[in-house]
Amino acid sequence: MNDLPILTIITLLPLIGGLIVVGLGAEQKGLARKLALAFSFASLALAMGLWKQFDTTSGELQFVERHDWIPTLGVQYFVGVDGLGLLMVMLTAIVVPMSLLVSGRINERVPLYHALVLFLQAGLFGTFTALNFFHWFIFWELSLIPAFFLVRLWGGPQRAPAATQFFIYTMVGSVAMLLAFLAIFVATGKFDFIELAELGRNGTLASALAAKLGWYNLNTGPLALVIFGGVLLGFAVKVPLMPFHTWLPATYAEAPSPVTMLLTGVMSKMGMYGFIRILLPIFVSQMQMPKVLATLQWLAVITIVFSACAAFAQRDLKRILAYSSINHLGYCLLGVFAVAGSGGIAVNAATEKAAALNGVFLQMFNHGLTAATLFMFVGFLEQRSGGLHGLNDFGGLRKVAPVFCGLMGIALFSSLGLPGLNGFVGEFLIFKGVFPLAPWAAALSVIGLLVTAIFILTILQRVFNGPLNVKWAKFPDLTPGEIGLLLIPIALMFVLGLYPRLVLDVINPTAVQMVEQLKF
Amino acid sequence: MKLEALPWLVLFLPLLAAGIITLFTLRNKTVSATLSIGAIVTGFVLTLAVIKFGGWEARELSVNWLSIGGLNVDFGLKLDALSLMMLLIVTGVGSAIHIYSYGYMREDPGFSRFFACMSLFTFSMLGIVLSNNFLQMFIFWELVGVSSYLLIGFWFEKPSAADAAKKAFITNRLGDFGFMLGILTIFAIVGSLNFGTIQELLKVNPALFGASATLAGLLIFCGAMGKSAQFPLHVWLPDAMEGPTPVSALIHAATMVAAGVYMLCRAFFIFSPDALTAIAWIGGFTALLAALIAVQQNDIKRILAYSTLSQLGYMVMAVGLTGPTPAMFHLTTHAFFKALLFLGAGSVIHAMHHEQDIWKMGALRKKMPVTFWTFLVGTLALCGVPPFSGFYSKDAILAQALHAHNYPLFAVAVFVAVLTTFYMFRLFFVALVGEPRTKEAEHAHESPGVMIWPLRILALLSVIAGVMGINKIFDLYSSRVLPPFTYEIPVGEFSGAVKYVGRLLEPFQHAPVAAFGGLIAVVIGFLAAKVLYGKAKTDPLPAKLGALSRAMANRFYFDEIYEATVIRIHDTIAAISDWIDRWIVEGFCIGLVRGGTDLTGRALRLVQTGNLQTYAFLFVLGVAVVLWFVLGK
Repeated sequence: MNDLPILTIITLLPLIGGLIVVGLGAEQKGLARKLALAFSFASLALAMGLWKQFDTTSGELQFVERHDWIPTLGVQYFVGVDGLGLLMVMLTAIVVPMSLLVSGRINERVPLYHALVLFLQAGLFGTFTALNFFHWFIFWELSLIPAFFLVRLWGGPQRAPAATQFFIYTMVGSVAMLLAFLAIFVATGKFDFIELAELGRNGTLASALAAKLGWYNLNTGPLALVIFGGVLLGFAVKVPLMPFHTWLPATYAEAPSPVTMLLTGVMSKMGMYGFIRILLPIFVSQMQMPKVLATLQWLAVITIVFSACAAFAQRDLKRILAYSSINHLGYCLLGVFAVAGSGGIAVNAATEKAAALNGVFLQMFNHGLTAATLFMFVGFLEQRSGGLHGLNDFGGLRKVAPVFCGLMGIALFSSLGLPGLNGFVGEFLIFKGVFPLAPWAAALSVIGLLVTAIFILTILQRVFNGPLNVKWAKFPDLTPGEIGLLLIPIALMFVLGLYPRLVLDVINPTAVQMVEQLKF
Repeated sequence: MKLEALPWLVLFLPLLAAGIITLFTLRNKTVSATLSIGAIVTGFVLTLAVIKFGGWEARELSVNWLSIGGLNVDFGLKLDALSLMMLLIVTGVGSAIHIYSYGYMREDPGFSRFFACMSLFTFSMLGIVLSNNFLQMFIFWELVGVSSYLLIGFWFEKPSAADAAKKAFITNRLGDFGFMLGILTIFAIVGSLNFGTIQELLKVNPALFGASATLAGLLIFCGAMGKSAQFPLHVWLPDAMEGPTPVSALIHAATMVAAGVYMLCRAFFIFSPDALTAIAWIGGFTALLAALIAVQQNDIKRILAYSTLSQLGYMVMAVGLTGPTPAMFHLTTHAFFKALLFLGAGSVIHAMHHEQDIWKMGALRKKMPVTFWTFLVGTLALCGVPPFSGFYSKDAILAQALHAHNYPLFAVAVFVAVLTTFYMFRLFFVALVGEPRTKEAEHAHESPGVMIWPLRILALLSVIAGVMGINKIFDLYSSRVLPPFTYEIPVGEFSGAVKYVGRLLEPFQHAPVAAFGGLIAVVIGFLAAKVLYGKAKTDPLPAKLGALSRAMANRFYFDEIYEATVIRIHDTIAAISDWIDRWIVEGFCIGLVRGGTDLTGRALRLVQTGNLQTYAFLFVLGVAVVLWFVLGK
């Protein structure tokens, strides 16, 4: 293993960048943009180095750094990544520069904006690498605050209520989670995710909680469930799991498109990551209680179907894509909840679970890539139409902007799950795994896929097909610069759709190992 | 070059052409067309080479696509009698249509885009044909759906074309989800998706699927129902005629819509007897329904579209009657004569400046002789007049119905044959003979050579395909998927020149009831059409049939019914979801929390009066209560 503390460097880099950029004068817009971009590209380079050095034969944590921090409290500085963490670090490193590159419309308080984006990136890197609750939670919150200000200061007309709603929701979730972890700390004296997972697996966690905490005379089982509920709430709001989702459409619609790219591309993955890294391993015995599991699985189905239907009813592109985002992450939730369960009717449960978990990881990456790209296109539409993003504001654009239509069409079809593009592989693997584990949930969720196809085609039809809206007779097609910008995500969509092993080889050992540790 | 590389080349050349056209040659029409046509013609030649040097034996070429935790999926090509024959059809008929399009689409500003989409389609279709496992087939299945979407909506500025494209894609997608669930069921039970492996396992253990056998089969059939436009998912195909006519010929008549039938034959061994019965009846019903609708259509392409539906119904029925050979045989001849009819119709439409109403045509024999005669050949083949190819393949299906002792379906099939002859000769008498009905019809002129040569070639094939022994090749495949006891050994082969004479007469010896039944149907249909439409100025049927005729003309109101039910329900559910989200979750629940917080805040504010006496009173009260608790109890 490399002696260089590469994960610490990758987390500190955007933080330092942010501190430098925030110190710039308001008039140094160009410099702020260039510096922020340089830092985000440096992070991307580091992430790629990480990817290259990662040992793909192992599902263990790699690049581990572990130092005592506050020994009396058992707090260690403990970072490391496995396949999942690495994939998320990579996604963050890709999406942030994409977002910065299309932030040209931001013209007020430019240095502050860029600094906040970099802080956000640092928070994300920290969240995806930290393995001790203490500093993990700091990073988790660190990402929330810049996001709030990015929505609040640069958002659309309804930004104030949207930002407030976003903040209150996620804050309530975070506080619940914090209290739950403090309770766990009081009971066990541990903050370390890996050790907690060990306790969770062998059942000592629940009994330790019962021994140390008397609360309303709850006995062992329900008490552990309450604690579990607290942590669940924190992640459920973030992903989101219905009915904790109402902050999302408003926030996505009001945030400026580059910020929405970050929110949907990577921040929504924080919740999923938490589900897989923290909730599933530590609270596996709580999750496997039949009633809890059934409730969660059906909530996931509702999330999938309901959000797709709601997306169809929207008349605003950003809101459609926001609900579509909920829908896509719903498949991830379904996958995780199916993996948590028993074998179902599966002949070989381990294989199915590994497939589902691989699918979930891949879907997280794919969704981040595709959703960010789609919001990028919405940003281009806004830029060309003076901020319009209604479904019926356009029409027939394909005639004047064929390249725009072609490339956005590819991204939309990727979101629809067309084979040959990235979206399909993840969704197929999830369904492949979930179907034998929870047949009815999987079968009903298929409705979500169908409705997704309907609203995606509706977007294509309303915006690009039909007679040209005379208002847009001079609608400019993509510039070569913009095409160059888009080529990378679009090329990735094809590459991952045709050669998914590029990612699967990295995440498969991790997924297999997680499944092994999750014996029912 | 090694022989193994050839099938890969056949598959990927069209993709390469599509890629190059999209990226580099959109502005250069000739280069684009050459690339696209070159790719498919080369594919045809290479397929011939593969058959010449490799024969019809079954073999597989595959590479690993993904392998994760005990799960392996291959990307592989399966070569056997079924896929090689289908490959010949797709590349052969496809070549003719590509060449024809060069003339037909000449003036269109989207010429290069058209050829790019056609090549993409060819690639996807070849992918379906060559797939050795369900997942790969599903992938290409969806890609075919996309190319069809792009081509139906080729003239995207027309709202009707954009609507039709969306409708086709979504209806297909509906069927595909059944297909997907079927694949997942099989995957869950068998643990493999490879056709060969599944078949081997089924041979060892016929009860492998247990209770879900019929369900799995029907779910898989859903895919075919969408792609081959079987009732109740048939509504997209007639609308798909909004695309350019060569597209209708290639995709919505000869190849793509036949993919459903092909898939049923490929996966024939997984269907339980119950599933097969259901398939047969759905096929028979579709054949009848579509033929009835075709009788009262006036748009030349729509008549052909409903005829396609009806013939697809025949094929699906044949599969259901445990006859993959008749189904594939009819698929082959149908590909020839239906492509011919569509291209002929295209030639007429081209000459009439995009007029598609048959009541505005007429008297085209002198002005468009090649189109006229080849169209007649296509009509005769479709109706099933011996010695044209359609007779032999349709006869095979009729014989199969008798062989399976399914007499009701035999009766349906014969009746559909009557209707087929009737509506085709109605079209023929009204649109092609008689008096010119409009100025356009008077001034029509023959299409250029690049368009009529494909007609001639397809006409030749439509004549001779019945006796070329195509069914014998499919028998090679059928004998391997059918259990031996249900499979009837074909009648002995003659040799030399006698061979063809023997084949010419074979149906009459082999199953005389079916053969003569088919013949009588043709005669009845023809006489009825002759009497009613031989000299008609307007359509006499609406007056004779009344409401029935209106129902036929309005496609039995399926679109309206779907509009009123499925689409309305979907819209309502979406609106309800949105409403719940806006008002119940966000408005009521959140409102309650917000309002609750607000109220508590207000209530607590009331306590803060700033009046010292009140505070003192409350303090004393509190102390009293505490004291009572501590001491009083």
